[in-house]
Amino acid sequence: MTTTSPTTSPVQNGVNVEALLGARAAFADSPEIARFQWRSSLTWLNGTHSRSEIHSFYGFDEEQAHHTSFGLETDHPLQFAATDNAPTPVEYVLVGLGGCLTAGVAAVAQQRQIQLHSVKATLSADMDLHGILGADPDVRNGFSGVSVSYEIDADATPEEIRAVVAQSQKRSAVFDIVANPTDVTVTVV
Amino acid sequence: MSTLTTVVVGAGHAGLAMSHHLAARSIDHVVLERDEVASSWRSRRWESLRLLTPNWMTRLPGWSYQGDDPDGYQSAAEVADLITGYAAASGAPVVTGATVTSVRPGGPGFEVESSRGRWHARSVVLAAGTTRTVVPATARRLPDVVESVDTGGYRHPAQLPEGGVLVVGASASGLQIAAELQASGRPVTMAVGEHVRVPRRYRGRDILWWLDALGILDERWDEVDDLVRARNLPSLQLVGGARTLDLNALQACGVRLVGRLARIRDGVAQFSGALPNVCELADLKLGRLLDTIDAHVGGRGERSEPTRVRRDTLAIDLRRGEIRSVVWATGVRPDFSWLDVPVLDHRGRLVHDGGVTRWPGLYVLGLPMLRRRRSSYIDGARTDADDLATHLSGTVLAGRSALDEEAS
Repeated sequence: MTTTSPTTSPVQNGVNVEALLGARAAFADSPEIARFQWRSSLTWLNGTHSRSEIHSFYGFDEEQAHHTSFGLETDHPLQFAATDNAPTPVEYVLVGLGGCLTAGVAAVAQQRQIQLHSVKATLSADMDLHGILGADPDVRNGFSGVSVSYEIDADATPEEIRAVVAQSQKRSAVFDIVANPTDVTVTVV
Repeated sequence: MSTLTTVVVGAGHAGLAMSHHLAARSIDHVVLERDEVASSWRSRRWESLRLLTPNWMTRLPGWSYQGDDPDGYQSAAEVADLITGYAAASGAPVVTGATVTSVRPGGPGFEVESSRGRWHARSVVLAAGTTRTVVPATARRLPDVVESVDTGGYRHPAQLPEGGVLVVGASASGLQIAAELQASGRPVTMAVGEHVRVPRRYRGRDILWWLDALGILDERWDEVDDLVRARNLPSLQLVGGARTLDLNALQACGVRLVGRLARIRDGVAQFSGALPNVCELADLKLGRLLDTIDAHVGGRGERSEPTRVRRDTLAIDLRRGEIRSVVWATGVRPDFSWLDVPVLDHRGRLVHDGGVTRWPGLYVLGLPMLRRRRSSYIDGARTDADDLATHLSGTVLAGRSALDEEAS
């Protein structure tokens, strides 16, 4: 197995692949440390406008936290007769998907010793409003399809770049969340 | 209780190859077989099945194909006859009808309990094969109106009801079964997860000839980049015969592709939206393999079309009658439920290093990528068994001399 260290590697995409591979090796001995939980809490402000806080999470067998709390707001646009203080929740899904896939692109490229120069993605999701408005029971609420288009400048062949993007999808959490069903439990306390 | 140096569990090609190499080292042993020699080739295979590997590649220690069709592919019955004949010719000490119910540490070595008595052995070689078909947990949510069978129980199309079939799994078994079900007039929907696409032939040679010639089949377990991945790679999309059977060929016959089966909920089968990516991954991997072959011989061969993927449904209501039966082609695993030696990980998988477990004297043989890529095929047992017999004889002899010293 070839190993590289940041000091000797000429390729720098800013991803510490060694740490990720180290974590994977550690999971073999203590699989329970791989169990993570992600969290956010939300306060309704007014109308369709809410504010979410993100701070703590759980993993590596103990409570963890971001170095600071992040606040994110959601709203709906004026065209929905709303106040448009912030992006819509469905747009955050695209933000999550793009962020996750692109983190994967950087990591996979680093692992494969491919230097990235620029990565740009445009994302779009199609949705039929008949669903959320309850106007047609045959139309789902969510996206009818999601498209991601990458423009990548890297020291690699087009096939190698396609392979990096394909591998990133294969290992992406948000891609999996969007492409596959997940059990969701909502309770009122 | 009989005492001997080695008990081999399983009289298939792997166990018999081990017996050959033990005998060559004058190591006394017995081969315990729960049924008859090569029984699963007679009872757990579908009728049309042929080996994925050409006849010339079906080699056992001291035996190679001498017939007039080295490029042909043996039927399951022919494989069973071959292995049975090999067992007889080699005089392997096989005890048939001996179902092993327990292997546990005992004395210096192991106690092996079977339906035909107990043995004490200094070493044990597990060569019982990948006998357990695995189906996803969601299979139990299949509505009662839908019949189902797994690859171990599937024989021929007529055992399934007329009407639509959902074939879950797109490696060699799934593709072959889907093709013959579609040809039988049963419209097939195939759930496709990760798969390994290869053409049957490339540049005039069987693809396995290339894998053999380029040394790819000899890549070792302790040298590959990602052993977990290599050991869990789905079987090559191949059928024993002249044709290339890939997802494009199936679609040309009318098979409909959907994504990996994610789950069944309220009678509805839900499929992954990642079908385009698993096809892209397989196409890119195929391209890299063919590039490797081209780099070896120069020039460039004719390439397959990219896999055609249409945006299709993400859900099928299994109670509506469109799907009348399901075929689970979702893989096989070894069964170690009778193994009472602490060598399994938290998910019940045997931990081993090239077939050598961490418990001295306990070995495993006949698993995919055990010691090299070739281990996944009958042909791999020759060298794997030779390697392990060398290790075993070294360990057992060392153990013996240690005991002798203790005694003196």
